[in-house]
Amino acid sequence: MVFVLVTITYGCKKIMPSEPSEAEVLDGPIDGLTTAQLIQFNKGDADFGEVFTSATGLGPIFVANQCASCHAGDGKGTPFVQFTRFGQSDTLGNTFLNFGGPQLQHKAIPGYTPEQLPLGAPKTSLIAPAVTGLGFLDAVEDAFLLALADPFDLDGDGISGRVHYNVIPSYVALRPNSIPKNGKYICRFGKKGGAYDLLHQTSGAYNQDMGITSLFEPIDVYSGQEIDPEVGTQTIHDVVFYLKTLKAPIPRNQQDSDVIAGKNLFNDINCAKCHTPSMQTGYSPIAPLSYKEFHPYTDLLLHDMGSELNDGYTEGFALASEWKTPALWGLGLSKMSQGGQYYLMHDGRALSIEQAIQMHGGEASQSRSLYNQLIENQKNQLIKFLESL
Amino acid sequence: MRTYIYTMSKLIILVTFMVIPIFGSAQEEKIVNRIPTDSTQNNLNMDAVYDRPFLKFKKVPVAIGGYLEANSIYSSTDGVSEGLSFQARRFTMFMSASIYNRIKFLAELEFEDGTKEIGIEFAAMDITLFPLLNFRGGIVMNPIGGFNQNHDGPKWEFIERPDEAVQMLPATWSNVGFGLYGKTHFGNWIAGYEVYLTNGFDDSVIDNELNKTYLPAAKLNRNRFEESNNGIPLISGKVAIKNRKIGELGFSYMGGVYNTFKMEGLIVDSKRRLDVFSIDFNSTIKKSGTYFDGEASYILIDVPNTYTQQYGNQQFGAFIDIVQPIIRRKILDWENASLNIAARFDYVDWNIGTFNESNTNIGDQRISITPAISFRPSSQTVLRLNYRYSWDTDIFFNEKSRSASIMFGFSTYF
Ligand code: HEC
Ligand code: HEC
Repeated sequence: MVFVLVTITYGCKKIMPSEPSEAEVLDGPIDGLTTAQLIQFNKGDADFGEVFTSATGLGPIFVANQCASCHAGDGKGTPFVQFTRFGQSDTLGNTFLNFGGPQLQHKAIPGYTPEQLPLGAPKTSLIAPAVTGLGFLDAVEDAFLLALADPFDLDGDGISGRVHYNVIPSYVALRPNSIPKNGKYICRFGKKGGAYDLLHQTSGAYNQDMGITSLFEPIDVYSGQEIDPEVGTQTIHDVVFYLKTLKAPIPRNQQDSDVIAGKNLFNDINCAKCHTPSMQTGYSPIAPLSYKEFHPYTDLLLHDMGSELNDGYTEGFALASEWKTPALWGLGLSKMSQGGQYYLMHDGRALSIEQAIQMHGGEASQSRSLYNQLIENQKNQLIKFLESL
Repeated sequence: MRTYIYTMSKLIILVTFMVIPIFGSAQEEKIVNRIPTDSTQNNLNMDAVYDRPFLKFKKVPVAIGGYLEANSIYSSTDGVSEGLSFQARRFTMFMSASIYNRIKFLAELEFEDGTKEIGIEFAAMDITLFPLLNFRGGIVMNPIGGFNQNHDGPKWEFIERPDEAVQMLPATWSNVGFGLYGKTHFGNWIAGYEVYLTNGFDDSVIDNELNKTYLPAAKLNRNRFEESNNGIPLISGKVAIKNRKIGELGFSYMGGVYNTFKMEGLIVDSKRRLDVFSIDFNSTIKKSGTYFDGEASYILIDVPNTYTQQYGNQQFGAFIDIVQPIIRRKILDWENASLNIAARFDYVDWNIGTFNESNTNIGDQRISITPAISFRPSSQTVLRLNYRYSWDTDIFFNEKSRSASIMFGFSTYF
């Protein structure tokens, strides 16, 4: 009997669901981690999926109850889990901090009233970006970004791009060779590039997105008072480690002739001037992240995108019309976490890649015009290339 | 609850000790009588608690019984398998006693997954006033759907319990309370009713780690055997009708306020209801022996609209089993052995509706199919080989996972 059973079970591997190929999924660690690192990666993965309940500190006001409910499968979110930030329209700071700003916690556990948007507050909506390959972006040295920047458009190509010098919380550890200016540091995470590193972004997410306090962000969004940590410090470190070691999306169909042609067009029409194809990391204590070339298709810089994308709201020292170039790696896999539909740009307003391109204004208007001059077949090649990322 | 288990386990140990010596000599003296299950077909799902094989010992006023289920499982989700494991799903013991004329008692104690979960499924006293009017009080099984009432492992060809019954409805779901039931028959027809007031659900049904409206979450609250969390009883009731030639059809309802709206006299929330509607049926085609069993349920639950839509306010689920005996004869020494093929179809939508933000449909669904082969040396013992494949979507309708498992196991009354 046991024999029959064993034969049946092992013989039946064929009727078991097959593993999706590594290039088709965003989840999974970077290559070369040690066993100890893999264990921490798995812990962080589980914590990223933890569902908060009122018993574990959710809210009382919040936006969502799980990192993974916004960043489904580590990919892009949908408008369902978008959130609203409000209260700041210029570089002079958020004037609505006493009215619940900067983030609207529009949900509440039963029995509580969620936050209402104060009248007249400038605002924007944001959908979750994918969280893949962030360890590489985090390990790029400041000097590399400064070299990409051209704040005064000295080369006269109409594309400037500047780093976001912002004030940073005291709990972050500076990355090696950081280049501060007047007490401000180069920040690179978030759609306005306002967060310094993954610890900053993660502690903020627990606090602002889920109403979960920590050692790093101890102020409860509901009462405005400092309360006991609702998530452990180790948990936060594990999640940060997970984000750092989540692999970069693997490009697909790179040998396809349309994809190759599309890639050339991408350079020709200046998309690559902001969506920088290659970057280089500096030293990282995580060996597989150290001194590596990688291909994120972002420069991590702020660009003025014109009135088309100006919602009248901003953060830190960015302008309301400025957005950080989003990485385009994984673009072709976005639909997999967005319910089979594209939602692109900061608030998901573009329902296709074509629409996203048409919304590029400001510094990118020239690149958009060049795109519009392409013939249909070239446009398709470009989009095929973008979908292969 | 602790104390319940304590007293119960003491009782059981006591009874076992009384019984063992009798067992020892049972062979020669025929002190143990097997009471077979009622085969007169006058039974409805509601009779399942008493419609079980019991062992009765001469001069001992109690009858005992029980069943055991165990299996091996090899499963894989998206190509990742944890290998082969063995599961002792549950061991259930029940005992009944006729206390006096028209008064009887039955208790059922269940150990799930080894000793991880120990619970009293049922412990109630029944007083018969008329056939149409019986009183039942204690820990009773809420009569919602058919599976909750009639869930003994050996009765089913499938190792897994139906998703609709255990992943959406909270089977097996029992609570402290009391109520009335009755039954009547005329010609080929049998009709019965049940209605109970019991303790019920709590806030965890919309505040749990599964991140979905999940009635079974309330099962973890053992306090429900001690007190209601809001002082408002859960009403559950069922009417069932059966034609001996056609089959049985049941309609059931369960509903009440589930949340704690008052704390220390202070109103902390509005009263929020949940209502469950179920229909179940079973039928055997005489000629071919084909047996059908199925159930569908719809849940309507008041979730505050300022709360996350992750928790749905409507749910629907259904399952249907088809069992076809292919051999029914003496096999080896077993007089009434049978070999069956069977299939189950499961469907659950944990979140019916559309997102406020995008007006797109909410997913969070599972579909499974389970082909099966079962061998029954007798009707009270089943050996089963199941293959189950399921597709899950997350709330955005992204494909969440595909899983499959092969299970082999047995379930038997003793
Ligand atoms: C309510 C939805 C939501 C939840 C919950 C959420 N996020 Fe996010 N996440 C977002 C949005 C929207 C952004 C863009 C925010 C910004 O611009 O500051 C973002 C940005 C990020 C980024 C920056 C990525 C980049 O490329 O700059 C990281 C890292 C991140 N989230 C991690 C987390 C972690 C870790 C958690 C759980 C602790 C979490 N998020 C929970 C919506 C969410
Ligand atoms: C001046 C810099 C700049 C140039 C040039 C540029 N982009 Fe962008 N791109 C951005 C910024 C900034 C955003 C994010 C805007 C937002 O979130 O609202 C963006 C967003 C996108 C997105 C949506 C990504 C997402 O995850 O939502 C796509 C696709 C895209 N760009 C493709 C292109 C293509 C193709 C070209 C060339 C035709 C191009 N971009 C040229 C800066 C640029």
